[in-house]
Amino acid sequence: MKIVVCVKQVPETANVRINPETNTLIREGVQSIVNPFDMYALEEALRVREKQGGTVTALTMGPPQAADVLREAVGLGVDDAVLLSDRAFAGADTLATAYVLAAAIRKIGGVDLVFMGRQAIDGDTGQVGPGVAENLGIPHVTDIRKIERIEDGRLTVERLLEDGIARLRLPLPALLTVTKEINVPRLPSLKGKLAARKKEIPTWKAADLDVKAERLGLDGSPTQVLRIFTPPKPSGGKVFKGTGAETVDALLTELASGGISLRKK
Amino acid sequence: MDPIRVVAEKCVGCGLCVKACPYDAIAVADGKTAVVDLSRCTVCGACVEACRRHQAIVITKRAFRGQDVKAYSGIAVFAEHRRGKLASVVPEIVGAALALRGQRPPAGSARPAGVAAVLVGKDVRPLAQELLSYGVDEVWMVDNPSIGDFDENVMAEVVADVVSEKKPEIFLGGGTVVGRSLMPRVAARVLTGLTADCTELAIDPETSVLRQTRPAFGGNIMACILTRDHRPQMATVRHKVMDAAPRVENPTGVVVDMGHIKVPASRIEFLEFVEEKTETVNLTDADVIVSGGRGIKDPKNFALLEDLARVTGAALGASRATVDAGWIPYSHQVGQTGKTVKPKIYIACGISGAIQHLAGMKSSDLIIAVNSDPSAPIFDVAQFGIVGDLFEVVPELIKRLKAG
Repeated sequence: MKIVVCVKQVPETANVRINPETNTLIREGVQSIVNPFDMYALEEALRVREKQGGTVTALTMGPPQAADVLREAVGLGVDDAVLLSDRAFAGADTLATAYVLAAAIRKIGGVDLVFMGRQAIDGDTGQVGPGVAENLGIPHVTDIRKIERIEDGRLTVERLLEDGIARLRLPLPALLTVTKEINVPRLPSLKGKLAARKKEIPTWKAADLDVKAERLGLDGSPTQVLRIFTPPKPSGGKVFKGTGAETVDALLTELASGGISLRKK
Repeated sequence: MDPIRVVAEKCVGCGLCVKACPYDAIAVADGKTAVVDLSRCTVCGACVEACRRHQAIVITKRAFRGQDVKAYSGIAVFAEHRRGKLASVVPEIVGAALALRGQRPPAGSARPAGVAAVLVGKDVRPLAQELLSYGVDEVWMVDNPSIGDFDENVMAEVVADVVSEKKPEIFLGGGTVVGRSLMPRVAARVLTGLTADCTELAIDPETSVLRQTRPAFGGNIMACILTRDHRPQMATVRHKVMDAAPRVENPTGVVVDMGHIKVPASRIEFLEFVEEKTETVNLTDADVIVSGGRGIKDPKNFALLEDLARVTGAALGASRATVDAGWIPYSHQVGQTGKTVKPKIYIACGISGAIQHLAGMKSSDLIIAVNSDPSAPIFDVAQFGIVGDLFEVVPELIKRLKAG
């Protein structure tokens, strides 16, 4: 089984704050991390390898320092890692990103299964996975919460939807995006950390891939950011202070005056 | 040419851009002029915004040629359905499309912009009638037994063919699990731009291009995105944000049978669907939600909130912190990476109101917050707040509501 996991380096957005004077992001002190959803994708790939045998390759597109997330993946136990880095890739939207990732997966060759996290926490789009599958001409299923089995070249999976779970079967090769419910990611081992330090990570540029220049980076991206702004800060409402009885009383009185009842109808 | 550059004559070296860059890709090394490190830059535009006063940072994108933008007109929406029912997001995106049609520049030379629904699947004819009742002008229908409910791969091929034939200028889908799986595949097939999970759509009055606004960075910032040169302009729309189209009494729209579109064989075999029915989980459709955050201190204390949920007839929600801590399953999570909800009443207990949580609930009709920290951001979005110990307030509230 030849498995590829696509990972992304992202700013730790939970800590991103806004400067109220300039209305801009305060980046200072914000760490770059492996996109949290991708940790579940890596873990699932390793579990599949442990059961089925084969290799796991971690793949990322980004600036040279994105190699850090690949080293983390090596620390967890992936066999190989490839960095896609070229100035020509800069400014890629999801269409252009999916195009390049798919070209790299084709170059790796003979890939049976591609894993991704359901979305990255900086863009929150979740669009690259299905886009890669379309570029590769293979089926995809998003929001996988469980792989039940893999046998005879077919996967049985559970997909998480708004109102329930769909159980589906699909042939390999395929692309899956995973939710946080699928597993509990492992921590890197000491041996893995040492291996990660020594691991040679090749960088592939545009020239190394079978790609058309006009489909790369900003020029290959139909969407364009017109502007970025801070959402207007809401002003807040009425606040009650005091003992439990006083505050609840004040709240219920206020609601009653507006004709609102909290009681179940 | 580099996609982004600093105009040295305009740059004053103030460093606002340096602070704004989420990727640490810009620096004022010599104290005078900002320099972009292209190996790090993702051309996200945050610095351009920060430099609005000086306008010293310019993003240059080569115009795409080869597509006749003028050949496209009208607005189409993807009519998602499952097990014989339209998804609840569909009337909302029809509503958004009808609103956009109203914003078009006055007709003159321009062709009238219709609103159409793309309906593909098995035995979907009854749904076509329902769609017409929301006021769409046309339903583009491919009724074919080979299109299963859970196969966006086949759906994408069919929808892409419909869109390529009908050439709508704008194509919207729901920001649902299926919509966010299907639409990227369609966009990659027809090679156009797609903006995820928009919370605001508007037509630019000058260029008539669709302005697609969406939260990013966990809701910390909003981005306004355009697809200038490619058609259709595609977007998914966040559930529970847009106002649903009202039913019209005498629908005038028509069903256009597109049975000639080829349907490929499915590679995805549907085994079963297990509905999650528990009363407390169906957050997206709940009228009242009682939600708990880290302030409840212990997973056992969700029982207290369940009591409150029972007397108020509410569904039970939770913040990401409690889900990440394993206190409650993910299906309860409200927020940017969980569910977006818009109940009539949202009662937040012990939730500080991280921006990513607010992104998922702030459009609720009425928000009531209970928190011991008076500076908690949840109070900014709450119409009514109680500063106090929730273990005192919530039992009191339950007592009063039970007392009748």
